Formats: sequence, structure tokens, C-alpha cells
Amino acid sequence: MTSADPGAGTRHPMTGNRMDPAEETEPHGFESHDYDVVVVGAGGAGLRAAIAAHDAGARVAIVCKSLLGKAHTVMAEGGIAASMGNVYPDDNWEVHFRDTMRGGKMLNNWRMAQLHAQESPERVLELEEWGALFDRTPDGLISQRDFGGHRFARLAHVGDRTGLEMIRTLQQRAVALGIDVFMECTVTEIFTDEDRETPSVSGAFAYWRETGRFVVFRAPSVVLATGGIGKSYQVTSNSWEYTGDGHALALRTGASLINMEFVQFHPTGMVWPPSVKGILVTESVRGDGGALKNSDGDRFMFNYIPEYFKSETADTIEEAEGWYADKKNNRRPPELLPRDEVARAINSEIKAGRGSPHGGVFLDIASRRDAEFIRRRLPSMYHQFKELADVDITAEPMEVGPTCHYVMGGVEVDADTEQSLVEGLYAAGEVAGGMHGSNRLGGNSLSDLLVFGRRAGHSAAYHAFKRRDRPLNLPDDAVRASAEHALAPFSVEGPSENPYTIQKDLQDVMQRLVGIIRKADELAESLVEIEKLKERAKHLTVEGHRQYNPGWHLALDLSNMLIVSECIAKAALEREASRGGHTRDDFPNPDPEWGARNLVLTLPSGQVGDSVELKHQTLPGMPEDLQPLFEEK
Amino acid sequence: MGYDLKMRVWRGDASGGDLGDYSVEVEEGEVVLDAIHRLQATQAGDLAVRWNCKAGKCGSCSAEVNGRPRLLCMTRLSDFEESETITVTPVRSFPVIRDLVTDVSFNYEKAKEVPAFAPTPRDEDGKRRMAQQDVERGQEFRKCIECFLCQNVCHVVRDHEENKPAFAGPRLFLRYAELDMHPLDTNDRRNLAQNAAGLGMCNITKCCTEVCPENIKITDNAIIPMKERVADRKYDPVVWLGSKIFKRGDRAGRDEV
Repeated sequence: MTSADPGAGTRHPMTGNRMDPAEETEPHGFESHDYDVVVVGAGGAGLRAAIAAHDAGARVAIVCKSLLGKAHTVMAEGGIAASMGNVYPDDNWEVHFRDTMRGGKMLNNWRMAQLHAQESPERVLELEEWGALFDRTPDGLISQRDFGGHRFARLAHVGDRTGLEMIRTLQQRAVALGIDVFMECTVTEIFTDEDRETPSVSGAFAYWRETGRFVVFRAPSVVLATGGIGKSYQVTSNSWEYTGDGHALALRTGASLINMEFVQFHPTGMVWPPSVKGILVTESVRGDGGALKNSDGDRFMFNYIPEYFKSETADTIEEAEGWYADKKNNRRPPELLPRDEVARAINSEIKAGRGSPHGGVFLDIASRRDAEFIRRRLPSMYHQFKELADVDITAEPMEVGPTCHYVMGGVEVDADTEQSLVEGLYAAGEVAGGMHGSNRLGGNSLSDLLVFGRRAGHSAAYHAFKRRDRPLNLPDDAVRASAEHALAPFSVEGPSENPYTIQKDLQDVMQRLVGIIRKADELAESLVEIEKLKERAKHLTVEGHRQYNPGWHLALDLSNMLIVSECIAKAALEREASRGGHTRDDFPNPDPEWGARNLVLTLPSGQVGDSVELKHQTLPGMPEDLQPLFEEK
Repeated sequence: MGYDLKMRVWRGDASGGDLGDYSVEVEEGEVVLDAIHRLQATQAGDLAVRWNCKAGKCGSCSAEVNGRPRLLCMTRLSDFEESETITVTPVRSFPVIRDLVTDVSFNYEKAKEVPAFAPTPRDEDGKRRMAQQDVERGQEFRKCIECFLCQNVCHVVRDHEENKPAFAGPRLFLRYAELDMHPLDTNDRRNLAQNAAGLGMCNITKCCTEVCPENIKITDNAIIPMKERVADRKYDPVVWLGSKIFKRGDRAGRDEV
């Protein structure tokens, strides 16, 4: 801000925010930056991608909606799945690969699952190299804990705050490397070079939340690492950031999403008090000995063991109890079945009237473990229940119920490079699809972030070098259109809608009609409701000005939530079979033909408000040499 | 069980502001952040507040409730009388951006000044070995969720803007201590902690420890031991010389940065 600055007179004295919107629609008025790689999102995947791209020699920017270190990864509790074999030397990538594929009911992209299983051990050791302090085994190695669906204890962890350790480690690494971070800066548009036959990324458009000013990034590579979509549901473990931004950006840029109908409802969220409904209760509680009970005191999970997992699940309480001490000669307790199975079982118990007083079921670790063990292994669970619900988990059971936690579907990417259908556009972490099939195993998310974050970062850097000599085409009118679009809620005429109200109504629709158990008529109704909400969203208005205005931010996020919700509902209606995180009451069986099919969603017009299109695609077949891993002994 | 809560919330920006009076409906079991959210959704759509996890894990929603530095998401309404007016103001040690949102970049700038972790090489099998009891000291400090409440209450900077350039604050002292106690680190940051980060300016009044929502014993377990380590280095020439010549004990293989 020099005195020669034409907008100086209308700027905010502290932030430099231009208070006159007309000034900002001039393209030369925007702050702009040149980078090789722009990473959108600063959770585990984004930070790992940025580090990888930086290490490959690229000029990298991290652009994130929140302060650095606050991304949703911070909430991950249980651990990072990696077959290091520190506790069970029999563990190896093949077993991990098999567990992951079976947990996803074989709908996973086999190549992603393979890369993930092969590379995650080194990714964990790398974190240690950068300062992470994992819990140790008696001989000093990284400790590994039990989790649902994993044959061996394989989750590297730090108490039950593994996500915090991971994000802090990556954050400190990124800071040490001097990577540029644009905090509290939200990307609303990806630009592509339209002159060429195949579109290719040329940059991104964003606004600073602090000032409401716009910023333009010129870059040939953009990595989407924006996480998930949970904020479209009423009961969720996800934070405000989870509005499906990357999913929507990808669609609007011409990329595709796959299998959006697969949404994971984590079996154990808090149910009371209302203010904390949905907050996660880590699976480690069950891994460390917690049992699920209904109001009759029965361990009901024994009644819900599916055929598919019979051979590896204990069918008597005696055997399940024996497993904690002797894992070789006993099978796993049914509480440790994959999350989709446990969530459905809890849902059924509650529906049958055997729930807890506040509409959940009981999760009891107090009667198996002593107070000292619980406080050491599950410190943040202890803290969370004590502080927010007045429940002492070392003395009494918790009340828990399903909560929207994760979306398995996401941007369709190449398994090795994480590139989407659009040249220069990459996706890694929760925003990418394929890796987890129809259901994700606990612990596989943090490792996913590291493995594919790194791969995406490398690929993005490589792509930037390849096209270094070609100029980026980033037309002024596209930039100006982005600004106008972002400012629209300030100047809507006619009837006005409150963004908070529309968000609440959308959450209600998704929770009621596209929830854990689905039916054709309800799904069809949800699509009608979403169309109505889209119509209402055209009249969104916000009060106040552009400086740190949450109402405006929500108005912009809301269009992403609406597109993503439409994708979920449409794909859920189309897939007439039940599998993993998609349960159809009217088609309760896992049809094998559907088990080999992806549903692909696109937004042909690229325009917000238009309808998404859906097509079927054959799942890539697994090579023969991997088949024997799935033959039962 | 719901009732109408009377709230006063600071509204304004760097140029000034005022407490606004509100009445908002609240329910049993709610926290202050719930009340703020309901205000946003129904009465003040542009009320600025930072938050992310709403579970005490991310440290975004720091503010002052009735003058006490707290996380809004962990402050239960049941801690107050129903008739009581709750006053919410932004944290005081950082410049206001808008309403409850402050400019916390000070902390991120100070974090950049800490030399990175630099481990010894891996063992032959590609892994590293550390005893649980040796990592536990550092693990306590790594529970920090960077809510910066400790930075906010520290009287060295709370009303002394002039001290900020020379003082990194309790959050960063935790970081120095964590690295100094890391079994595999090879850097010696004691000199830096004392001089550049201003460890010496702390006179251990424990304000930081009192407000830490993670119950980290910042003063007793990080700052005081760090001060002792600095003193060892500074005042005991025999220890200093010995560590240089024999490279033994805790200091083996550490190089001053």
C-alpha cells in the first residue's frame, strides 16, 4: 500500500482491505502470485504433498481455509496403519493389502490399495525422522495397536491423539523447509487453459478470509487436498471446513468423481449432550478392550457377524475375551468388525428399542481395564467425556451412536500419479476416491494421506517442470468472473435467503433421506429437496462487509455442499445393491455385478447450479498374481 | 430445559468496537460456542469467530469469557448461573481483526525461528529405537493444541507489546524444551532459547500453566528444566568443557545452533 495506490483511500486502515467492491473487479487490482504447485488444503495430505513437491525442487504454496495446524487431520485419534511388523513380525504389506480390500468389499482401486500397503511403513518412519514421538514397544520400536478389520495390531499411535502428532510434525517440517503458507485463504475456482484441446490447469482464485480481498495464483499444477463432505449431515464428526470444496472444484474444472454414495458412518460418536452429538469416540476404545452393549446388557455384536467375516470373528464371548490375551488361538471380537458392519448393528439395536437413554448404545471399557490403563491409552477420550458430558469413562460406560465420518468416494485419479482427468489437477487424501472401496478401515486414512499426498506432490512438481516453457493462459475475464461470482451474495435482489438456514435444511435432508439406511423413494425425495435448496440458494444474501464474514464464507461453501450432496444422493439412488458404506433397505444384498462397477459423476456444463451426470464404469481388474491373497485357507 | 441466555459480545475491528447485548436461546449441555453459533445463525450472520473441531482438539476458538482466557468449545454454560450475563471478548494480547478473531501471526513467526529437529542416523534395520519413558517428556509438550492461551496470559507480553520482538512465549518454550529432551536430536538450542527466544525474561509466575486446556505443566516441566539446562551450560565451565571433550550424557552429539 503506497500512496500511489489508487484504492488507498477506500482501504481498511489495518488490513488493507479495499472496502469498495467496484475497485476489486479490476483484474490488475488483485494480489497475484506465481508458483509451480499450489496445494489446496493443509491437512495431512496437503502438507505431505507440499513437502514432496518442495523436495522435488518446485516452488510451492499451501493455501488453507483455517490457520495452519487446525485442519481436520488434527482430530484423527486412533493411529496410522502401516505393516511395520513391530508387534507382529508376521505382518507385511500383502496382509495389509488384503485387509484393506476386504474391508472395502473389493470395490477398492486395487493399485491404490497396493501402493498404500507397500509404502505406508516408510511414510511413518519418515514422520519419526521429522520429530514425531510415537508410543514405543518394550524394545523401543514404534508401538502398534489393534483396530477393526486389521488382522494384526498395526496402527502406529500416540495415545489417542495421533492426528495431532501427525499434523504438528508435518507442519513443523513444512515451516522448516520455508514453504509459503497462505492461511485463512479459501480457493473458490481453478482456472484451466481452454485454448488447448485438453484443458490444463493454469491457476486458482481465492479470497483472504481476514480481509475479503481476492488473490490469484498462476500455477500449472494444483493439488486438491481439501478433505471430505461431512458438514452436509446433521450428525457428523467433521469440522466446519468439510464442505466438499475439492470435490466441487474438481467437478467444475472438468474432472470426475467416483462412488460418492459410499459415506462412512463411524459407529461410535458421542450422542449426549446435544451440543457434542456426533463428536468422534475413537475405535481405539474397542481396540483396547471396549465392548458394545445394549440396554439389556447384551453384547449384541455377536448377533451381527456377517457370513463374509465369520471365519475370522469370535462367535462366543469366551473366545472374544480370550483374544485379548492370546491372539494366535482366538478370533477377534465382533466389536472389531469393519465400521460399516458395526454402525449398521448399532443402528438396528437402537431402532429395535434396545438403545441407551439418549438414543445410542453403551460402550464399556471401564469393566475390563483399570483406570490407569484407560487414562494412559485414551487420554483425550477421558478428557472429552469428563469435560463435555460429565462422564468418567474409567468408571461408567459411554453412550455412543453412528456419526457421519468419512466419504470413500471422491475425485477419480490415476492410482500412481493422483492426477484427475484434468491435466495438472491432482487430488490426495479424503477428497480422492478409489483407495478405500466401499468402506474404509480405521487407521487407513492417515496412511492414505501420507502415501498419496507424497505421490501427488511429486507428480505435480514433475508436471510443472515438463511444461515450464509453455506460458500459462489465465484470461482476465475469467478472473473477473470469479470475483463477480464470489461477490454475488452481497448484491442479490428480491427474496433473500439466510445461508445458515439453507445449510441447516440441507443437513436435515441428508440426515433423514440419504443416511445410514437408504430407500429408493426417500432418495428420490432427497433429490427433489436438493433441487429446491439449489433454487433457494440463488437468493442467498449476507449481511455486513467482506472482512472476516462467516456468513459470506458459508454462502460460498454452500454451493459446494449442494453439488456434493446431489452427487451422493444421485449415486445412492442408482446403486441398487448394498455394500460397505451404502446400505439399501430395498436392495439388501451385495450384488456381485454391482461389486465390479464404479459410478462416475461429472458436471458437463461446469456451472454451479446445473445438474450432475452419472455413468457406469467397470472397476479395474486385479492382476492374477495378487488373486491368491484372497483365497481362504 | 432451554432458557434465554444474556450475552455481551465484543463487536468491532482494529479501529475500535463495543460490547453488543444479545439474548439467545440455549439448551442443556451446551457450551459458549453453541450460543455464539446460534447468534450467528439467527441474529448476527457476520459475527466473526474462529473455530474448527468443537471438541477441544484444534485450539482455534480461544477467547476471553468473563475476562478469563478459555476455549469457547470447552466452556460449558452449566458453569454459569442461568441469570448470569456472559461476556465474550477477543484474546487481549493479539491485535483484533474483527469481533472475536485476532491476528495470531506472532506465534507463527516465532515458530519459524526454532531450528528444526535433526536426528541421529537410523539403526541398521532402518528403524529407530527410543524408550517409552524417554519419549514421554516430549509427548507431554506435544499435546499442545496451539490455542495460544498461554501466550495470551503471559504477563511478559500481555500488556507489553514492546517485549514481543525479544520474547517467544510459553508455547515456544515448550517447543525448545521438547527438542532439548528428544532422545535423538543433535542440536543444542539452549543458547538460542535463552537469548533469541527470551527464556530469561520468564519469571515463572505459572499463568501459562493455569490456562492450558491440555493441562500441560508448562512451567514446571518445560520452562524450569530449560532454565536449569541453560544455567548448566552458562555457569559450569567444567560441565561445559567436559561435554565438549567427552561428548557424553544427555549432551552427547549435540551441536550448538
